[in-house]
Amino acid sequence: MKKLLAVLLSLGALIAAPAHAALNVLACEPEWAALTQELTGGKANVTSATTAMQDPHRIEARPALLAQARRADLVVCSGADLEIGWLPLLQRESGNAKIQPGQPGYFEAAAFVRLIEKPAVLDRALGDIHAAGNPHFFLDPRNLLKVSDALAKRLADIDPPNAAHYVARHKDFSARMQAAIARWEKEAAPLTGVPVVVQHKNWSYLADWLGLKVVADLEPKPGVDPSAAYLGQLLDKLKTQPAKMVLRAAYQSPKASEWIAERAGMKAVMLPYTVGGSGKAQDLFSLFDDTLARLKEAAR
Amino acid sequence: MNRTSLIMLAASGALASLPAAADADLKALRAEIAQMRQAYEQRINALEKRLAQTEGQAQAAQTTADRAARAPVTASAFNPEISLILQGQYAHRKDIAERHISGFVAGGHAHGGGGRGFSLDHTELVFAASIDPYSRGFVNLAAAPEGGLEVEEAWFQTTGLGRGFNIKGGRFLSGIGYINEKHPHAWDFADQNLMYTALFGEHLIQDGVQVKWLAPTETFLEFGLEAARGQNFPGSKEGGNKNGAGTWATFARIGGDVGASNSWRAGLNYLTARPKDREAHREDTGGVEADTKFTGKSNAWIADFVWKWAPLGNVKEQNFTFSGEVFRRNENGNLACADVPGGAASLCTGGLSDAYRSKQSGFYAQGVYQFMPRWRAGYRYDRLDSGSVSFGANPLAHEDYRPTKHTLMTDYSPSEFSRFRLQFARDKSMLGITDNQMTLQYIHSLGAHGAHRF
Repeated sequence: MKKLLAVLLSLGALIAAPAHAALNVLACEPEWAALTQELTGGKANVTSATTAMQDPHRIEARPALLAQARRADLVVCSGADLEIGWLPLLQRESGNAKIQPGQPGYFEAAAFVRLIEKPAVLDRALGDIHAAGNPHFFLDPRNLLKVSDALAKRLADIDPPNAAHYVARHKDFSARMQAAIARWEKEAAPLTGVPVVVQHKNWSYLADWLGLKVVADLEPKPGVDPSAAYLGQLLDKLKTQPAKMVLRAAYQSPKASEWIAERAGMKAVMLPYTVGGSGKAQDLFSLFDDTLARLKEAAR
Repeated sequence: MNRTSLIMLAASGALASLPAAADADLKALRAEIAQMRQAYEQRINALEKRLAQTEGQAQAAQTTADRAARAPVTASAFNPEISLILQGQYAHRKDIAERHISGFVAGGHAHGGGGRGFSLDHTELVFAASIDPYSRGFVNLAAAPEGGLEVEEAWFQTTGLGRGFNIKGGRFLSGIGYINEKHPHAWDFADQNLMYTALFGEHLIQDGVQVKWLAPTETFLEFGLEAARGQNFPGSKEGGNKNGAGTWATFARIGGDVGASNSWRAGLNYLTARPKDREAHREDTGGVEADTKFTGKSNAWIADFVWKWAPLGNVKEQNFTFSGEVFRRNENGNLACADVPGGAASLCTGGLSDAYRSKQSGFYAQGVYQFMPRWRAGYRYDRLDSGSVSFGANPLAHEDYRPTKHTLMTDYSPSEFSRFRLQFARDKSMLGITDNQMTLQYIHSLGAHGAHRF
C-alpha cells in the first residue's frame, strides 16, 4: 500500500511538471467563454463548462468538468449563485488552488455590475430565488463593457507578459461593442414599450435595456414550472392585458410558451439567450444581432 | 446645445430686424455673437463632461455600495451553512424478527429502513463552512433509529493545497465505489442495495485520512488512498484498537464525456481490513445459534460504472442514469466459536477455534429515467452469491444461497428541494422467504443545500 502511494506521488509529480504554454481558461457559461476569447485572442485555451442548450442552473459536476477545472488557470463565471449547484464542488474537488474563491484565478462577473431584482425576503416558498439578485445580467450589453474592463485587468494580473495584449484587446472590443450598442439601440427603437411575457426571469436585463414591458411570467415563482391551472389564470390575465410575444431561451422546452402563445394570440419567440443558442449567434455581437432580429420580426 | 441655438436664433432675429446699419457695427456684433457662442459651447462641453464623470462615479459608488451591502456585517454572518434533511417513510413488509442476508454475516453501519409502518427513516443535520483560506469543515449528524444523534461524518478537507491534491481527515464516507459517498437522501431508491448492505451494513464510514489526487489530464483520472481506524465492518472494534491503520482503501477512477449528451465514470477499488474478534452469530450444523469471532484479513475488490445521458446535456426535461457495481470479497483467518451467552447449548460449547476462509461476490445494476420534468422511474436488480465458505473443523453451517431482489420505484419532485417516492420490491435475500415490500417515502431538504456529486 505504501509502495502504491509512492508510485502515485511520483506519477503525480511527473505529470504535473510540464510548464503550460498558454493560459487555460474555463468559463462557466458560453457568454464568458466568448468574452474571454475576445480579450485573449489566441493567447489562451478557452473552454465553456456549459452550452447554450443547457440550463445553467442545472449542471452536474461531472468528471469531464472536474478534469477541466483541475487544469484551469482562470475560471470565469457569472456568480450571484447562478452556479451554486455545481461550481463549488468543481472548485473543491479539483485540488486546484488557483481557482478557489478569493483567488485571482476565480473571476465572478457579478461583482462588477449592478444586479437587479434582489429579493427583499429570502424564503424558499418564493421559489428558486437568487439572494444576490438576478444573475442573467450579460443580456444588457452595457454590462459586458464593465465585465470586459475588469476581466482584462484580471487577465493582465494572472498573465503579466501578455498584459499589454489584453488591454489592447479590451480597448478594441469596447470600441466595437460601444458602436454596436449604439446601433442596436437605434434599431430596437420600435421595441420600446412592447408588452411581452417571459418564461423565466432570465430576460429582465434585456427587457430593461430595450424598454420591453414584461407583463407576465410563465413561471408562477422563479424556477417553478407552471401548472395547467396557473397557465389558465395567466390566459385570463392576458385577455385584459394582451402581450405581443412570449420569450423563451433556446435551452427551455417550447411546450408552455407555445401552448399559451396559441391561445392568447401571441407569438412564441425562441431567443438564443447566449452564444451558440442559434445558428447565427456565434459570438457576442451576432448574439445580439440575432436576438434583435427575432424580436423585431415578432413585434412587426 | 439647445440653448446656444436659441441665443443664435434670437440674435439673428434681432439682426434681421435692424435696418441697414453701419458695416463696422454689424461686424462687431457678429464677432461678439461668435465669441458668446464659443464661450457657451465651451461651458456646455465642460458641463457635459462633468455630468458624465459624476454619472460614472455614481455608478461606481453604487457598485461598491452593492458589494459592501453583500459583505458580512456581523459575527453571525460567519455562521456555517446549515442544512437539514427530513426523511421519513411508510413501509409495508413481512414481520421478520432478525432481518439478514442469507449466507452473509450481518454487520456494519446501518440506519432504520428495516422497520414496518411509519418511521422517521433518516433525518440529517449538516453544518459546513470554510475554516480558513486553506480548508473546509463539514459535519453530518444523523438521527439514529434508536433515538439520539450519531456523528455520521465530521471532517476537514484542504482547499488550497493545489496540484490536484486533496486531503480529508476525520470521519467521512469512504470514497470507494460509486454509491458509498452518497447520503441516503441522494439515493435513487428508498433503501440501500444488497451489495452494500452485505459489504458494509449500509455504507463504509472511515475514521482516518484520505488523500486524493486528480491528474492534470484531459480525461478525468483520479486516485485515492485512505488509511483508517477500521472499527466498522468489515473491520471490527478490536481491530481498530492498534497503532497504525486497521483499514486501507484505495481507488482509481476514470471518466469523461461522449458528445454533449453522455458522460460516464468507471472505477476500481480495493479495501483491506484487519478485523480482530469480529463478532457474528452463525448456526452450527445442528441449527443452533453460536457466537463466532473472526480474526484475520478481509479484502474486497469493487468495480463501479456510471453512465448518464441527457439530450444535449440538458437534464431539465429528460435524463437517464445507469449505474452498477460488482464486488468480490475474500476473508482469510481464524474463527473462534462458542455458545451464545445465555443461549442454548450449541456444538461449540466450551469454545472451539479453527481456520476460516470465504470467497463471496455480488452485484447490483440500476437504471433511473426522468421521463418528464419532476417525474422519474427506476428499476434495480440485486444479486449476491454466498460463495464458498470453509470453517475448518468448526461445526458450523454455511447457507449456500444466491440472494436476489427486484426493486421498482417512481418518484415525484415538486421542486429541487423535495421528493416523494413510491417503491415496490420483491426481496428474496433470505432463504425460503419472498418478501413483497412497498415503501412510501418523503425527502425534504431545508436551508443551504450544497451541490450533489456526479
